[in-house]
Amino acid sequence: MATEHLATLWHWAPTLGMGLLQNIQMSVGAIGLGTLLGLLVGLLLLSPLAPVRALARLWVQVFRNAPWLVLIYFTSYVFPFDIQVGSTWVAFPDWLKVTVGLALPASANVAEIFRGAVASIPATQWEAARSLAFSRGQILRSIILPQCLRRMLPPWMNLYAVVTMGTALASLVGVHDLIDSAQIAANTVNRSGFTVLVYFSVLALFFAYCYPIARLTQRLERRYAF
Amino acid sequence: MPSEPLIQLRDVHLAFADNPVLRGIDLDVHKGQAVSIIGPSGSGKSTILRCLTGLLRPQLGSIRIGQTQVDQLRGEAELIALRKQVGFVFQQYNLFPHLSVLENLLIAPTKVLGRNRNEAREQALALLDKVRLGHKAAAFPGELSGGQQQRVAIARALAMRPELILFDEVTSALDPEMVGEVLAVIRELTEEGMTCVLVTHEMRFAEEISDQVYFTEHGRIVEHGSAAQIFGDPVHERTRTFLQHALGQGGQRPSRPAPDVYRNLGRYSLSV
Repeated sequence: MATEHLATLWHWAPTLGMGLLQNIQMSVGAIGLGTLLGLLVGLLLLSPLAPVRALARLWVQVFRNAPWLVLIYFTSYVFPFDIQVGSTWVAFPDWLKVTVGLALPASANVAEIFRGAVASIPATQWEAARSLAFSRGQILRSIILPQCLRRMLPPWMNLYAVVTMGTALASLVGVHDLIDSAQIAANTVNRSGFTVLVYFSVLALFFAYCYPIARLTQRLERRYAF
Repeated sequence: MPSEPLIQLRDVHLAFADNPVLRGIDLDVHKGQAVSIIGPSGSGKSTILRCLTGLLRPQLGSIRIGQTQVDQLRGEAELIALRKQVGFVFQQYNLFPHLSVLENLLIAPTKVLGRNRNEAREQALALLDKVRLGHKAAAFPGELSGGQQQRVAIARALAMRPELILFDEVTSALDPEMVGEVLAVIRELTEEGMTCVLVTHEMRFAEEISDQVYFTEHGRIVEHGSAAQIFGDPVHERTRTFLQHALGQGGQRPSRPAPDVYRNLGRYSLSV
């Protein structure tokens, strides 16, 4: 009985594997896009211009305080299926919409991580640099940001793990990710024992991907604790 | 001595919200002079230095350094031009912790003044030798003692080749053992003719190296004069009592033998 289920699982393994790759693709895309956007928004949070700061703060507040699932539905149904670029139509597949949907809250969180890291650098560093005739931009680039990057790394990795877990939501808008593949496998085989086994496998696969990230984060946190 | 002072403050007023900190400061520093500002905590000494380098802006009065009217400066570019001339050494050293000692000395001359890196490097190493830390060029600030960090901070200010240096209670955060090594570096600078303005609680040191001493209290200059006059024959009663406490005279504690008696105890006991 058990070996029979294991054999069936082996049969479904390539499908599940492809599903996991889809999750990894979305998580890497979302954290990459979210980081770029987030750093940009984070820089705008530090702008000397009040209206720019207000816009950036609005971005952070909106996307940090919206449920991720809502944002995923939002991007899935607001964006068109394809986009016209010049004379050709470029497909805008569901997994990409989910990636954008996850990148939005990720960017808001990265912006906050960035702002927090900058704020954690003592004001005396600014003073010291200013008294050495650095300009504001130079202080940010040469003095503050290099000190921020190490402080940002652990919370950023933490966010990466959370975003990866968030990709599990993609199955709800029809992306063939790991959860969706598991569902299909469970429904097709239609044996309760196999259903239990396949979801345990899903759990194990997510854990195998996220746990190393969490461990690495812990190590970095110890290393960069001042 | 030239008649035109390098630094001139006239009737400088500054308040934080409703709290007046400076209430009419007049101060002159001539080129090559060492001037000490002494006084009780909260009397506005550090605030004067911060005004000089444009970190704070007075509400009233005039501050002139060389040809620059500091209180009139508008915009970052003008402040940068001023700060290239004025070095500042902080109580808490404020070295850049992510850079090595050598990089701490290189970053401003290369990035701000656009100096050639090799040339700046040679100068930085010479400055580190000068503050007796040539062997620590590759170390990071976190690996140094407080006294060593403060000497690096002085070298960092010198690397900009400023016209004058402001020292803001640079020994207050140090263990007593490390105070001497930092003061020795400052003494050397004053002897070389660097214009120095010091806020300090080291009265003996101020007396020894200063050309002029200003005594401040409650945001005003109570009196100023030569070191010999202020420490030897202060005019104001307030200066007199402050110096008595600061120099540890007139206390209730029984007087102890001078420190050198302890140091030379071996010699005395030999004769017994």
